[in-house]
Amino acid sequence: MKFGVVVFPGSNCDHDAYHVISKVIGQPVDFIWHRDTSLDGYDCIVLPGGFSYGDYLRTGAIASHSPIMRSVVSFARSGGYVFGICNGFQILCESGLLPGALIRNSSLSFVCRHVDLRVERTDTAFTRDYARGQILSIPVAHGEGNYVCDPETLARLEGEGQVVFRYVSAAGDVTPESNPNGSMNNIAGIISREGNVLGMMPHPERAAEEALGSTDGRGMFTSLASAIAELAKAS
Amino acid sequence: MKAEVFVTLKRGVLDPQGKAIHHAVETVGYSGIAGVRQGKYFEIELGGGMSVDEARAKVDRLAREILSNPVIEDFRTEIQE
Repeated sequence: MKFGVVVFPGSNCDHDAYHVISKVIGQPVDFIWHRDTSLDGYDCIVLPGGFSYGDYLRTGAIASHSPIMRSVVSFARSGGYVFGICNGFQILCESGLLPGALIRNSSLSFVCRHVDLRVERTDTAFTRDYARGQILSIPVAHGEGNYVCDPETLARLEGEGQVVFRYVSAAGDVTPESNPNGSMNNIAGIISREGNVLGMMPHPERAAEEALGSTDGRGMFTSLASAIAELAKAS
Repeated sequence: MKAEVFVTLKRGVLDPQGKAIHHAVETVGYSGIAGVRQGKYFEIELGGGMSVDEARAKVDRLAREILSNPVIEDFRTEIQE
């Protein structure tokens, strides 16, 4: 089993993701430079948070055309797990692996704080270690996390259960006040129809150890590790 | 030859920056401004040996593939000989 964390110029959560995978959940992991093109031997690719290429043009736009992304797209199309966090989510949308786009927060402010997320699905490789409806305290840190898509896409995402995380109040209700960026339907994270590509704006890698105030994000990494171990056993 | 590309947010996509600019415009005292939408403008220098039709096809493609995001934006291109 092996994880890979892609490093783009301007990625700044790559070491956090690497640390959680290697030290907190104890799994093998490599950094992968954006100019590399081979993903042989990897089971899960993490696109980390940050400001790839300084957010030039649109967030994630330049990164989505970098050499490694061609390989990530074919890796995803062949069923490999791809986990995009914050800027990684923006890159997944720009590359067409996930539908929709992330635009400027409706408040126009950069939002950096813990938010409450509701786990909408637990039958995915990313969320099997959570309980349905569980509320997670995980930080967001972004200026462009406002999820938008056309009405048909939104209906399809909701209809097919592709919304995996939603911003909610501490009581677990979807309210305008609990939405940090104006995202449609309080969407914080979505998954591909095939269930192997997940993108989310909040940072689970910043909430995986007691010292950081929350361990609620750890479950995504342990979920992936157990899903990959299960696949390996089956093959 | 030069090309110009204008990228604008699709109608219906919220433009908080445009709204903030509109608000500032009103604060300064301009009247009769009904709304402001912000977009992007690109100037592209084209190499020689290309016909206008070829240039237009090339620039349209790069505007669609890179300069704009079709989920949220529209674009318009102009070729100057």
